[in-house]
Amino acid sequence: MNRSHRVKVATVAALAATAMVVAACGSSGSSSKSSALTASAPGITAKQILIGSHQPLTGIAAPGYDEIAPASNAYFQYVNAHGGIYGRKIVYKYLNDQYNPSITTTVVHQLVLQDNVYAIFNGLGTPTHLAVAPFLNSEKVPDVFVASGCECWNATSSLPWTTGWQLDYIREGKLLGHYIEQHFKTDKIAFFAQDDEFGGDGVKGLEDEIPARQIVAKETYDPSNVKIAPQVAALKASGAQVVVSFSVPAFTALLKLNMVGLKYNPQLVVSDVGSDPITLAGLLASFAKSKVAGFGNSLTQGIITDGYLPSLGDTSNSWIKLLNKIHSQYDAKTPLDGNVAYGIAVAFTFVQAMFKAGRNPTRQDLLNAINAGLPQGFSVAPYAYSASNHNGITGAFMAKIENGALSPIGPVLVTDDTPTGGFSTAPAQPAAPASGIPSP
Amino acid sequence: MTLVKHVGAALAVALILVVLSYTLGQYRQYQMAEVAAWVIAVAGLTILVGLSGQLSVGNGAFMAVGAFSTALLLIHVGWPIELIFVASVVITAVAGAIFGVAAARLRGPYLAGATLMLAVAVPFVAVAWPGVFGGDQGLDVLVAVPGFLGPLFPLTRWLAWLTCAFALVVLVLLANLAHSKVGRSWRALRDDDVAASLAGLNVARLRVLAFVVSSACAGLGGALLATWAASANPDDFSLTLSIGLLTAAVLGGLGSLPGAIWGSLVLVLVPSYLTNLGASHGLSSGASASVPIAVYGVVLILVMLLFPTGIQGGIRRFLGLAAPAAASPFSALRRQEPPSKRHQEKGMT
Amino acid sequence: MQEFIEFTLEGISSGIIYAAIALSLVLIWRGTRILNYSQGGMAMFSAYVALEVIYRTGSYWLGFGVALAAGLLLGAVLERTIIRPLTSKPPLNAVIVTVGLLILLEGLAGIIYGSSFRSFPEPYSINGLSLGSVALGITRNDAFTAAAVLAAALLLAAVFRFTSIGLRMRATAFSADVARLLGVRVGRMRTLGWALAGLLGALAGMLVTPSTLLYPNSMDAIFVLGFTAAVIGGLESPVGAVVGGLLLGVVLSYVGGYLGSQLVQIFGLAALILVLMIRPTGLFSATAIRQV
Repeated sequence: MNRSHRVKVATVAALAATAMVVAACGSSGSSSKSSALTASAPGITAKQILIGSHQPLTGIAAPGYDEIAPASNAYFQYVNAHGGIYGRKIVYKYLNDQYNPSITTTVVHQLVLQDNVYAIFNGLGTPTHLAVAPFLNSEKVPDVFVASGCECWNATSSLPWTTGWQLDYIREGKLLGHYIEQHFKTDKIAFFAQDDEFGGDGVKGLEDEIPARQIVAKETYDPSNVKIAPQVAALKASGAQVVVSFSVPAFTALLKLNMVGLKYNPQLVVSDVGSDPITLAGLLASFAKSKVAGFGNSLTQGIITDGYLPSLGDTSNSWIKLLNKIHSQYDAKTPLDGNVAYGIAVAFTFVQAMFKAGRNPTRQDLLNAINAGLPQGFSVAPYAYSASNHNGITGAFMAKIENGALSPIGPVLVTDDTPTGGFSTAPAQPAAPASGIPSP
Repeated sequence: MTLVKHVGAALAVALILVVLSYTLGQYRQYQMAEVAAWVIAVAGLTILVGLSGQLSVGNGAFMAVGAFSTALLLIHVGWPIELIFVASVVITAVAGAIFGVAAARLRGPYLAGATLMLAVAVPFVAVAWPGVFGGDQGLDVLVAVPGFLGPLFPLTRWLAWLTCAFALVVLVLLANLAHSKVGRSWRALRDDDVAASLAGLNVARLRVLAFVVSSACAGLGGALLATWAASANPDDFSLTLSIGLLTAAVLGGLGSLPGAIWGSLVLVLVPSYLTNLGASHGLSSGASASVPIAVYGVVLILVMLLFPTGIQGGIRRFLGLAAPAAASPFSALRRQEPPSKRHQEKGMT
Repeated sequence: MQEFIEFTLEGISSGIIYAAIALSLVLIWRGTRILNYSQGGMAMFSAYVALEVIYRTGSYWLGFGVALAAGLLLGAVLERTIIRPLTSKPPLNAVIVTVGLLILLEGLAGIIYGSSFRSFPEPYSINGLSLGSVALGITRNDAFTAAAVLAAALLLAAVFRFTSIGLRMRATAFSADVARLLGVRVGRMRTLGWALAGLLGALAGMLVTPSTLLYPNSMDAIFVLGFTAAVIGGLESPVGAVVGGLLLGVVLSYVGGYLGSQLVQIFGLAALILVLMIRPTGLFSATAIRQV
């Protein structure tokens, strides 16, 4: 063959080969890199995914909790800077509801009806979110990873579009109760709980584990009333040596202050919701300066609590390293505390779910992704997610606050939310992805 | 003739609202419903304060009574929602009568103090008896679109229709009341209760009647708001709500029913606008959430210092209309001074 | 018995704060015939100013002094600028304006200082005091609080009774026109009245905020109870304000302790209505209602 003929054959062969490759790629459907991004659902365009949330940026629940959404946003910005979700950027619009359910209703209506968000992500608060969950489900808007441990989010028949994320309060009550039952067998126990589902579920879990004869008092508080002196006086009068508190940080601080004023010094066991050491220390800072004999450096020393994310002091942990990286790059103004960790951890889970939902997800695709189960991520225990269960994290480790940080005092235990379900040790937590982004 | 005039105006407005409810999007329908519910409550308050001269910062408490009555009736009794609203109004009117009788001898700041405490205390009833009232969580108020409207009729539009219909009915009734003998008696009472009593008016009964009317309106407003929000929650009825009602009444123009509409529009629409403004300027979340609050305070102060007759007064002036024939609603409130001062003045002349 | 002592003393220390707020409301009412709904807001703002000073200088007492000065200044400035135009207008306008002022102060505090809850220092130990083996349920700070407010109240009473400025203020309150004719600078006396009320409010704020934590709305609930105390005592009577405050504080403390804290406001309302039904202008009011 002469040269020009060889060139022609080579060209034709190359073209044919290319044609075959293109045909092969085209036929493998939406997983191909060349298929277009479409506006597959409200809130999704070719360029971005718009999600919304309601958060207490001011008001009684704001201390600590107002850091969560900015921290989640920090993680989203990290993901956006590294390719986004299949090339789309996440836009996170979180509105202030002042922990007031009627404002929650207004802002969620605005997000859904006016802003047309794809999903409501990490709506914070039990009473607040209960006000909007029915609406979100009737509008078929994904209502994922609610920032509340109420058992209410695990209602796949009545609220199929809603899922929880954090350790639910019944499980947490059981874990705390289990520890108390083992280590404080002869002591009198009293409860101090917020007068809503948060406190109620926690007490339910506690009562599943602590024998009734040990329980000597049950006090509640209303988050709109900071004068809790009567309740604390009643706790003291009961003679309880251990007080278990299901309270938000501001009220944990007030509880401690009132106890000091009454010279009452029981062992405090506090729900992880209200025990972040840095938030508490900030709330109690001025008082620690005054001469408070016998309590050491900080009024938080010795508080027992639980944790479902790796301890911030465990700097060799791959997840903590990731946390520090995200925090220092995108959220450095806020001190790295439990709330920031929470915000980044739940955002990571959302990104996991969005990747699983596919390149052009509908709203249903997101729920399907969660129902099929999600890998653990930041959580020290597995998730319960399935088509019939919308609870999230299933276990935690017990910890003690020492010098302003959580020190684990036990292994990660997993349990269920039934009164008789037992405890098992959790498998070891898988390491964090090197890129810091879950694989699609 | 005034009845015909009022009903005619109401029908015209109803037509406009129906058209709006089809042309505006769902979020605006949602806001329409909220405004209409507020208009009812504010109208009742503006009658109480503007026409009968009794200052109340406690009507939020009556809204709570209406809301919780509706929630409880809906849960325990299977009546249609319209009947439940009527029942809630009756219950709240009774509550208003009780309070009105207890407070009948109170004037000025003392009445204000009593109503202030009322506004604060009533929501706690829900918390004190959580078994009945749902405690801090409150109660759900879930209504569905009636079947005859078809499956595609949005709930937001139905809520808008429901609330606007009730609002128009209430406004017509109140307008007629204001122009009737009762209304004139209230004004006389407001301007000088001693003279009114000398002229043969039963001051105590008129004062209680005013409370009954305004609390009935508040109760209906509260019932509708609970339906709109799909829940009755004690946090919704804080002192802030009562102050908001009074603010809307004064901003719109005290004693004026159109003023109730302007005031409600401002109260519902302006805060969310301000909130978005704060967020878009990138302040820290806590600080930016406080910007609308600060602006709101400034607006209140400026309006009261510069436009005391409110929006309706401003509109009337702008249109070149004279002030309403009846004496200014404020002249009587000026007379809420202690008798010692009056004696002193008398001694001087 | 132990609980009874604790509740009584706790009631007195709360009641003292209500008395301080009530006293400042009475001051303003008598001087300018205005109900100052922003009294709590003024106190809160002064407390924020104090906190800034304390954080920067590390000295509680300097902050304390600055708070009192801030309260004084705030009251004077507000009266001069915003309240003065209202004296010739209907009282309802003043209500709305002071409400607007309250909202403005809360918003400003949120913008300038952030809306998160701040802990607020106390000058003395927060450890409870005890008499022998009986824990009293109060701290040295509570004792200081009571002493400070009583001292302020007595000082005010002395000023009113025994000084010429006090006489002029009383004249202004009794009849502004006559006082003016007699050469009293009525405007200045009114400003002074507001300034003193601001000072009292700031004092109350400094003393109570440690137990409520400091945030823009921290004085709201206390203001309501202080207002109630003022009404119970009778808005014309400073003695009534103090007695009303102490009485309310103690009664509500028993209610909260023995019956449950959710019933406190309900009992407050009941107490108020009860008193007003018997005496419509408060317990200590001298003037009777004119009946025809």
